[in-house]
Amino acid sequence: MATGSIRRSRFGALPWIGPAVVLILVMVVWPAIEMIRTSLHEIDQTGIAKGWNGISNFRTLIQNPDLPQTLIRTLIWVTVIVVFTVLISLPVAQILHGKFPGRKVVRYAIIVPWAASVVMTATIWRWMLDGFYGIFNRILQDLGILKEPIDWLGNPNLAFIFLMVVAIFVSVPFTTYVILAGLTTVPDDILEAGAIDGANGWKRYKEIIFPLLRPALLVSAVINLINVFNSFPIIWAMTGGGPGYSTDTTTTLAYKISFRDQDIGQSAAMATINFIIILIFISFFLKVSKWRETSE
Amino acid sequence: MTMAGASKKRFTGKKVSLAISGWVIGAVFILPYLYMLITALKPKAEITKIPIDYLPSQWTWKNFTEVWHVIPLAGYLKSSFFIAFAATVLVLVFAVPAAYYVARNKFRGRTAFLMLVLITQMFSPTALVVGIFREMIKFHLVDTYFSLILIYGAFNMAFSIWILSSFFASIPVDIEEAAWIDGATRFGTLRRVILPLALPGLVTAFIFTFIAAWNEYVIALTLISTPAREPLTVGLTSLIGQYQIQWNFLFAGSLIAIIPVVILFASIEKYLVGGLTAGSVK
Repeated sequence: MATGSIRRSRFGALPWIGPAVVLILVMVVWPAIEMIRTSLHEIDQTGIAKGWNGISNFRTLIQNPDLPQTLIRTLIWVTVIVVFTVLISLPVAQILHGKFPGRKVVRYAIIVPWAASVVMTATIWRWMLDGFYGIFNRILQDLGILKEPIDWLGNPNLAFIFLMVVAIFVSVPFTTYVILAGLTTVPDDILEAGAIDGANGWKRYKEIIFPLLRPALLVSAVINLINVFNSFPIIWAMTGGGPGYSTDTTTTLAYKISFRDQDIGQSAAMATINFIIILIFISFFLKVSKWRETSE
Repeated sequence: MTMAGASKKRFTGKKVSLAISGWVIGAVFILPYLYMLITALKPKAEITKIPIDYLPSQWTWKNFTEVWHVIPLAGYLKSSFFIAFAATVLVLVFAVPAAYYVARNKFRGRTAFLMLVLITQMFSPTALVVGIFREMIKFHLVDTYFSLILIYGAFNMAFSIWILSSFFASIPVDIEEAAWIDGATRFGTLRRVILPLALPGLVTAFIFTFIAAWNEYVIALTLISTPAREPLTVGLTSLIGQYQIQWNFLFAGSLIAIIPVVILFASIEKYLVGGLTAGSVK
């Protein structure tokens, strides 16, 4: 970072970074601490704390019969969505970086899922997948692939797969744009040379372009990791975590425990564990990808 | 001659497949919204027809005109615009000076500040919803726009500081020094020299915060209890009942909500790539 001979004000950094720090402390750090505190308290149904009760909320949570499945599902959810999002966005960005008639329109089209609210995107998918009135069943039946309509979101496994499809669908546009931005930093002649034509081209892509894209890939993967883990509206609007608890992730489960079952202490425990999971996820990811070396 | 001809032919062949794959990608991402439009243009009776028809037999704009009376859509739009705009202004006013100072100075606590930004980037309001709810009860801010503005502002601060500081850092210090010699104040330099150069970064930070606030769902769902104050995301989903869903109105309303944001987004598309570049290189 550039550091010139810059005149310093009397108050140093405070007037510059102070407001941002205060807002972050009060609105992000405070609720985080409040949440951890809540997880260690006995909370009655109206939300009033009745004193410390140690780790008993965590004990209740661990005995929750839906927890083990939900943890595994969350792991699958995050891994599959982030991996597929990046794998799909790489060629998509490469194509949109090329010049072809109508490129501008295609780029606008790809912005739509990014700009549209995820809740609304989730509801149109739910409608398309509807067991009675869904267009998916109609198309598949017209093509002769299906004989009987399927209730796609009524079957736990199918529902979960489609939830992941929708999550990938809404994550690809942002990721594509980050990679597109990364591609603009690759000199054109290298890109031309690396254009995929045969094994040689692929090798060049892997050895020349891919390393240049690494910072962009890291940035988009980390942001996706955080977003996908915390993703709520897709599951909530499409299945509500159902049938039963069969498509819940830890994020929707925490919400259900608190606002449906009114067990605020247990929910705070779940949310605290969520935060620990995301910390582990990200530090593991940064370690694997050697983030520090590239960012410093 | 032949070689030139062959390579030219190959070139066009590649171009055709590039164009086709580009159009297919565009179609995949736009089709669900096109189907949303088609559904919103169907009369109510045709929505629950088995088997469902691809196109309306009777095209009607009725859903688009009636939805304003079925739900307080104008109110939802107003809420969403106000909240998203206020949160975005809050973020820019706070993030620009912080990002600028961090990009230009080494100071005590700089590492601590960067750590704070990095860690809060990992939080999402969804993960902290229980803590936020309890804090807002304490501050008597439940069911206010103010609570949402503060939260959306705070949670988007990290990303904006990060994008903007990489942008500021990429602007040569010499440009500023020239301005100081001309007697400009530090703030004046920031406003007149740096900000115009950092426009793509500003646009990116603006659009990210605006979109995040416009689309946020969980916190609004939890904190806002007066139906008339609800933002679009929560208000529209109130059409999803336990036993009945008014799809025709839901999609007409959704499209009315989506279109302005898509236009806003498309109009800054050319800055977007530039704005993200700084963040993805640093």
